Amino acid sequence: MGSRLRAFGAFWYDFVIGDDWVIAVGVVIALLGTYLLSRAGVAAWWLLPVLVAVVLPVSLWRAVRSR
Amino acid sequence: MTAGAWALFLAVFLACAVEAVEATTIVLAAGTARDWRSAATGTGVALVVLAAIVAVLGPAVAAIPIRDLRLIVGALLLIFGLQWVRKAILRASGHKALHDEDRLYAEHLAQAQAARGEGGRRTALVPDWYGFTLSFKGVLLEGLEVVFIVLTFGSNQHNVGLAAIAAACAVVLIAGIGFAVRAPLARVPENTLKFIVGIMLTAFGAFWGAEGAGARWPGSDAALLVLIPGFALLALALTAWLRRTGSPAGGSPATAASPAMTSERAA
Repeated sequence: MGSRLRAFGAFWYDFVIGDDWVIAVGVVIALLGTYLLSRAGVAAWWLLPVLVAVVLPVSLWRAVRSR
Repeated sequence: MTAGAWALFLAVFLACAVEAVEATTIVLAAGTARDWRSAATGTGVALVVLAAIVAVLGPAVAAIPIRDLRLIVGALLLIFGLQWVRKAILRASGHKALHDEDRLYAEHLAQAQAARGEGGRRTALVPDWYGFTLSFKGVLLEGLEVVFIVLTFGSNQHNVGLAAIAAACAVVLIAGIGFAVRAPLARVPENTLKFIVGIMLTAFGAFWGAEGAGARWPGSDAALLVLIPGFALLALALTAWLRRTGSPAGGSPATAASPAMTSERAA
């Protein structure tokens, strides 16, 4: 039962989080920042494109460095 | 028909055509880059769920918080898209061998299916959960938006029936065009498709995610026309940058001169 649960959890972790957890964490933080800025009445549409421009090279660099 | 009726038909047709293009793009991408059967199953299940929602809720469907749905779907699409782009760039730059993740994915999928006790019938219907999930989410979200458009436009003009006909015309037309270009898409090399799909998912994910979190895009839907080429340029620049750092996975810069040149297809 325990191994099945672990396998099930591993499947969903791999499915949603993928190879680099930095991407998922970055997306959640950026969405939270977008929400907070929007609530404060500040234009926040730029935050997710900035996230992509920062997280993608960082994630690639982590992948290259680990090989 | 009166001029008002024609205006209603045209407005709903165009608005629903945009939504249908977005859904068709996602389904075509999922089917071509991953697995057609899974994408078709995801589309079918999404249509059934959509029909059930409309049948149960009727006009009250407009009360479903589309912003929350956009936030969740946008976050998942953004994560998926960035993962796809990351892998496509690593392959195109020679830093990742082709298809090693497909083997790992199949292993994890088999483990998860065994753990969940799923039967062979479901496996046969959905060989690829990525393709299924992407199609399902895309069709369900866009389908809900089509329903909202029909109900809001139709209610305002007191002619929901005509609005529904306009929406059906738009969806059938766009889906037909999408089906027609399916074969040419299948001849595009796999890594190129994954590169393009990753860009599209990232753009749609950022767009919906930001809207779901409360942001408003300059130009509304037209912002996608900036996001998609912008992310594509970024990904191409990163591919060029990584090529200069060498290719430890064995792919020479010559064979990875562009994403389109990594042309092996999944077994």
